[in-house]
Amino acid sequence: MEKVMRLATEKGVVIFTKSSCCLCYAVNVLFQEIGVYPVVHEIDKDPDGKEMEKAITKLGCNAPVPAVFIGGRLVGSTNEVMSLHLSGSLAPLLRPYRM
Amino acid sequence: MDIYEPLQQVSMWGDSFKVEGGLNSIASPMLLVNTTTSMENKSEYIPHEPSEPSEVNQETTNKDVSKVLRRLAQNREAARKSRLRKKAYVQQLETSRLKLMQLELEIGRARKQGMCTDNALDTTFMGSPETINPGIVAFEIEYGNWVDENHRRNEELRNVFQANASEVQLGQVVQNVLNHYTDLFRLKAEAAKADVLYLISGVWKPSVERLFLWIGGARPSQLLNLIVPQLDPLTEQQLASIKKLHLSSQQAEDALSQGLEKLQQSLVQDMAVDPFSATNHGFQMAIAIRKFEALESFVSQADHLRRETLIYMSRILSTHQAARGLIALGEYFHRLRTLGSRWTSRPCDSVISPRITP
Repeated sequence: MEKVMRLATEKGVVIFTKSSCCLCYAVNVLFQEIGVYPVVHEIDKDPDGKEMEKAITKLGCNAPVPAVFIGGRLVGSTNEVMSLHLSGSLAPLLRPYRM
Repeated sequence: MDIYEPLQQVSMWGDSFKVEGGLNSIASPMLLVNTTTSMENKSEYIPHEPSEPSEVNQETTNKDVSKVLRRLAQNREAARKSRLRKKAYVQQLETSRLKLMQLELEIGRARKQGMCTDNALDTTFMGSPETINPGIVAFEIEYGNWVDENHRRNEELRNVFQANASEVQLGQVVQNVLNHYTDLFRLKAEAAKADVLYLISGVWKPSVERLFLWIGGARPSQLLNLIVPQLDPLTEQQLASIKKLHLSSQQAEDALSQGLEKLQQSLVQDMAVDPFSATNHGFQMAIAIRKFEALESFVSQADHLRRETLIYMSRILSTHQAARGLIALGEYFHRLRTLGSRWTSRPCDSVISPRITP
């Protein structure tokens, strides 16, 4: 859990993914279209991957990946990100972190 | 000509029938009937007697008669043999038919037994055209019902709209229609679990709708393009919000499309085989099947986008405008369906005729 929180707060926009997950790739593409370049951590390549996955689920994310953190706070998985974007709330959240 | 009939009948009854040499050689002697000098050229099996020049005409006539009689006898024989072979062939067909019926019964029985166990639905269906997926069968029925109900609800909305009902009443009917679209997404989610490849192919949709297919349905931004022109007048703020929604939708669609492309590429790589290597293809297939399951999440996200687009649109608009938008949407899909039917039942001038042109 500490590792997850440490990594999540290291940078403004952090996404936990798995290397094989194409939906994670899609979320990353979306962020880049908005002008943000998230830090991506592939938890399946991490030795502590299993514990990280459990920690993410415990935090309330309905799918272990992709898990999106903005400003150190868990925003959610693909569903939440898409809903936020359609409602127009995602872009303002990301504005401080745009390149 | 009569003489050629047995030949034709024989060739229709399959490989087991061989045209006898005798039948072929019957034809030629007829052409040589009237020439006395070329009697030696006649076929072997018709014996000919040497003739005196003075008795030529009489003997020619006798030979003609005997030849004709012989030919008729051979015809009868050939016809009899043909009939026997035909009978044997038909009997063979009948036996095969009975066997087929028996096999079909057995398959039906085996399937029924298979469906009683929990695993059958999830693991045994491999998408072959011969197997029936009960989840898909159920979806097709339910989708048909959904389309009818959607039409009915849109009609109701149109009536209430034109009757100048109160805003509250209109709002209820609008919500009724919106909820029904949510029902569709739920149906599709269950169908995706049963067979995502079937769902994503859009084969369950009317043919014309398939032209505009994007991940198992319509593009949300396209739906917006449909609705917006019907909504004049719109306030400045509404226009701005709609423009933002349209852009967000396009960006989200783009992201999902790219993710799906990546999935497709990785599938291609999984299945690309070095023909000379001895790798375990079963293992590769197992990986590929897991990726098909990943398709489910893409379809789910696409439907999520569709649903959210409709909901956010209804929030931007007034009740009155939302009603008009939904009526336009329903009408559009209804027209696509009608167009599809017209296309399917168009006159078949362009279709290849089965007649054989000489």
